[in-house]
Amino acid sequence: MKIGAIRNGAKRFTSVHQSLTFSRRMLLTGGAQAAVGAVLIGRLGWLSVAENERYQLMSESNRVQLIIVPPRRGWIIDRYGKPIAINRSDFRVDLIPEQLGDVEQTLTTLAKLLKLSVDDIDRILKDLKVARGYQPVQVAENVPYENYAAVTVRLPELPGVQPMRGFSRFYPDGPAVGHLIGYVGTASAAEYEKEKNPLLITPGFKIGKEGLEETLERNLRGTPGGQRVELTARGKLVRELTPKPDRSGATVPLAIDSDLQEFAARRLGEESGSVVVLDCLTGDVLALVSMPAYDPNSFSDGIGRTEWKMLSEDPRRPLLNKVLNSLYPPGSTIKPMGALALLQNGVEPEERLFCPGGYRLGNRFFRCLSRHGTVDMRRAIAKSCNTYFYAMGHRIGYDKIAPMAKRLGLGQKFDLPVVSQSFGTVPDSEWKLRRYQLNKKLIERPDWTASDTLNASIGQGFLIINPMQLAVMGGRIASGRDIQPRLVGVGKEPAPLLGIPPEHLEIVRGGMWQVVNGDGTAGASKLQLPGIEMSGKTGTAQVRRIAVGQRGQSGDWRYRDHGLFVCFAPSANPRYAASVVIEHGLGGARAAAPVAKDVLTFLFDRAKAMESLRALEQQWGGTLAERTARRAAMIKSAADARIAAA
Amino acid sequence: MISSAIIPQPLAKLPWRLIFLIAGIAGIGLMTQYSAAGGSIRPWALKQGVTFLFFLCVAVTMSWVKESTIKSLAFPVFGVVLVMLILVEMLGFVTKGAQRWLDVGFIRLQPSEFMKPAIVLVLARFYELLPVGDIRKWRAIWPAALLIGIPAGLILVQPDLGTCTMVILGGLTVMFVAGVPMRLFIGGATALAVAAPIAYAFMHEYQRRRVQTFLDPESDPLGAGYHISQSQIAIGSGGIFGKGFLNGSQSHLDYLPEGHTDFAFAAMVEEWGLLGGLLLILAFGAVIRWGMMVSTRAKSRFAQLAAAGLSATIFFYVAINLMMVMGLAPVVGIPLPLVSFGGSAVMTVMLCLGLLMALERQQRTTSKLV
Repeated sequence: MKIGAIRNGAKRFTSVHQSLTFSRRMLLTGGAQAAVGAVLIGRLGWLSVAENERYQLMSESNRVQLIIVPPRRGWIIDRYGKPIAINRSDFRVDLIPEQLGDVEQTLTTLAKLLKLSVDDIDRILKDLKVARGYQPVQVAENVPYENYAAVTVRLPELPGVQPMRGFSRFYPDGPAVGHLIGYVGTASAAEYEKEKNPLLITPGFKIGKEGLEETLERNLRGTPGGQRVELTARGKLVRELTPKPDRSGATVPLAIDSDLQEFAARRLGEESGSVVVLDCLTGDVLALVSMPAYDPNSFSDGIGRTEWKMLSEDPRRPLLNKVLNSLYPPGSTIKPMGALALLQNGVEPEERLFCPGGYRLGNRFFRCLSRHGTVDMRRAIAKSCNTYFYAMGHRIGYDKIAPMAKRLGLGQKFDLPVVSQSFGTVPDSEWKLRRYQLNKKLIERPDWTASDTLNASIGQGFLIINPMQLAVMGGRIASGRDIQPRLVGVGKEPAPLLGIPPEHLEIVRGGMWQVVNGDGTAGASKLQLPGIEMSGKTGTAQVRRIAVGQRGQSGDWRYRDHGLFVCFAPSANPRYAASVVIEHGLGGARAAAPVAKDVLTFLFDRAKAMESLRALEQQWGGTLAERTARRAAMIKSAADARIAAA
Repeated sequence: MISSAIIPQPLAKLPWRLIFLIAGIAGIGLMTQYSAAGGSIRPWALKQGVTFLFFLCVAVTMSWVKESTIKSLAFPVFGVVLVMLILVEMLGFVTKGAQRWLDVGFIRLQPSEFMKPAIVLVLARFYELLPVGDIRKWRAIWPAALLIGIPAGLILVQPDLGTCTMVILGGLTVMFVAGVPMRLFIGGATALAVAAPIAYAFMHEYQRRRVQTFLDPESDPLGAGYHISQSQIAIGSGGIFGKGFLNGSQSHLDYLPEGHTDFAFAAMVEEWGLLGGLLLILAFGAVIRWGMMVSTRAKSRFAQLAAAGLSATIFFYVAINLMMVMGLAPVVGIPLPLVSFGGSAVMTVMLCLGLLMALERQQRTTSKLV
């Protein structure tokens, strides 16, 4: 068999041909080999000379890695420099995934030494799966020294385990500052995606998650340092090169008086409510308390499922900042504001009205609290006479009252570094029309009616506010200044005047003085201090419509009326303004005013205030710290029981 | 050749220049392995040194084998290696796993390694037996194609693409120098060039990705391109003079994978720079040139073809490895003979060199007689 093409072209092939062909082919082969050799040498030269710089860089970036040293978070201190949020040195244990030997065995040993739960192990395994190279994975933080020491001792048999000293956030006042300060936590995947900062995924690094910790994050975070290290491809540390030091976050001073804050939190006891204390000249927020509150310390350590469940299911809503995010009908607390509006619109303060126990509008009878007889403006405030404000409000119309409400801060969103604030409603005819067009089901008719005015005049109906606004209103009436609440830093200058005639303010303050110091509604809460008097106004807010024979004064806790109180002191020369709201506390005079009395007393005479607090705390079963500890123990036993059951 | 009265004849007659060359190359290899082990003769350098010395002795001993013996053994040896290849395949089938070696108790035999010189010898023998006038005929081609194709196929299914390529290339070189018509080679090369893009079009996604990785290793620096990228970083970062002995960060910090085996050249160049690499390439070039000279000086057709094929085998070893290490060829596991750690490559190359020395000694003895 032959190939046609070959045969056609072939002459007779002799051994001479063969030897010639061989020489030629050998030459070709040798030439090709030499050519390949030249290409190889050329390539070698290209790589090591022409590309040398680029590859040297790449080799260097291979060799040297930057390990982020997280900065220490800045402190948060109060107006006198007392720490509110600080860092505590603690022990932590991390894993370097690449250096791990037998993962299962290591984790079993660690679980025993550190008392890790099944949840923890699950989390670590999940983290290990996504961990890259030398990026450490957290095993546990806040490790007690004995456990830490136990791990350190057994280090030789635990390759890849890295016990370290770290820092954890600590809030000495615990729940008292929970809602104010918030807490810190590990950055979530979404937060990392947003910022793309490798610092966020460094184990042990926490960012602010709530409250001031979140809103002041930029000030508090600081700049991370870098530890330049030479690492093997497996992440093993060969040697440390020159480090770049980290810079701690800035210390942020607050306007808060942390002693007052703590006292107010303790004084609220087991009630669900809030206290706001303002400097009524500068607007400094001296206390911002919402109770019950979570313990930010347990959040910052990573809160357990059981604790979270208990917190979120508590009817007193410990996860809600009631100062800014709870809205209440202000009830009678806005009567001083109403009075200012009346004065501005020409109502004579001496004009007298007869209160027969209510006010008739058409065929409806709007009730007063009792038959007050003949009242003028001061007396109407002191006795909280609805009839007077019904009649006068009806006379001038609510559209004339609403501007004064806004001027005093109601319905206003304050410029505060907070995560969120609900600012409520100051209604008027225009607002009602707008709401009606927005949602015809919620509001029956578009036009503002006389009964709307009557309801709003006594702080019910459409009018809703938050406790911060209530305190600001109190402060603005007390000083006549346009104060803006301030949380960060200490205000030096008094706020500018509001421009409300001083004689008007004097009349209203007089009425508020009578509330506490005359025969008014809060007579029982008179300050027991020589030469210092408190003025105020009580309020009771209905939680639901009054059923026949039941005024929200009894029955199920969650249907009881809220008690509100707004006040300032000293009456003669106002310096502090406060608002107290006790949810379902039945009434302002009964529930809120006594708290306000003690809180303001604390500002002038700590010993006296503490004395009355001690007596109360004995009834409640211990101080706030003791009760928090007891609750934590309860949560722990519940969590243990849950784990045992599972 | 060293000729002196004091040195005994048999020793003086050894090709000392070649022995010094390969000893030098092996020395570079040992240093690279010493460095790759972090400055220790364990676990690689010592073992490699012993292996090298053993096979050097084998090669020198082989140099006394007569050409006629080699010639007569060509077909039987080829047959035995082929049977071993089949045995390996069957064993792999039984144990349900890829297998490349036969365990004969004291040593693990890798028959595909023996096939590299065996294919050269058997083809040289075949073309010697072929009548002179038949070289341009079909009968000069199909037996050779079978002789290459069967072992190559067996090795390919092991699977060992690198060795398979080497066997085919070694065989083709013998066919080429034997005088098989040029147009077949040109046609074959053209067909390959045309087929490659078409084959690419029919490839699976993962196969395409491999090709892409070869063409642009940095597109996948942590995946398949990792070896090539890191190897080039090692070579490139060495510069002209290198980072110095025991100072190669790429290999010492484990960024360069296989720094003591397939990528030993990269590890060496990182520390010794362009100069070290150049020296090594030139040394290999000299060895191959020596082999080619043996071929051109050979008196018999068998010796011509065998020497050319054996030199080519060494050449392909070196060239494919260096191209792979420097990113000119895809990563196929072919070690750099005498430099990479591993006994089989040393064995193969020293067998080739032993055969070449035998053929060379034959030339000298015959030339003396003539």
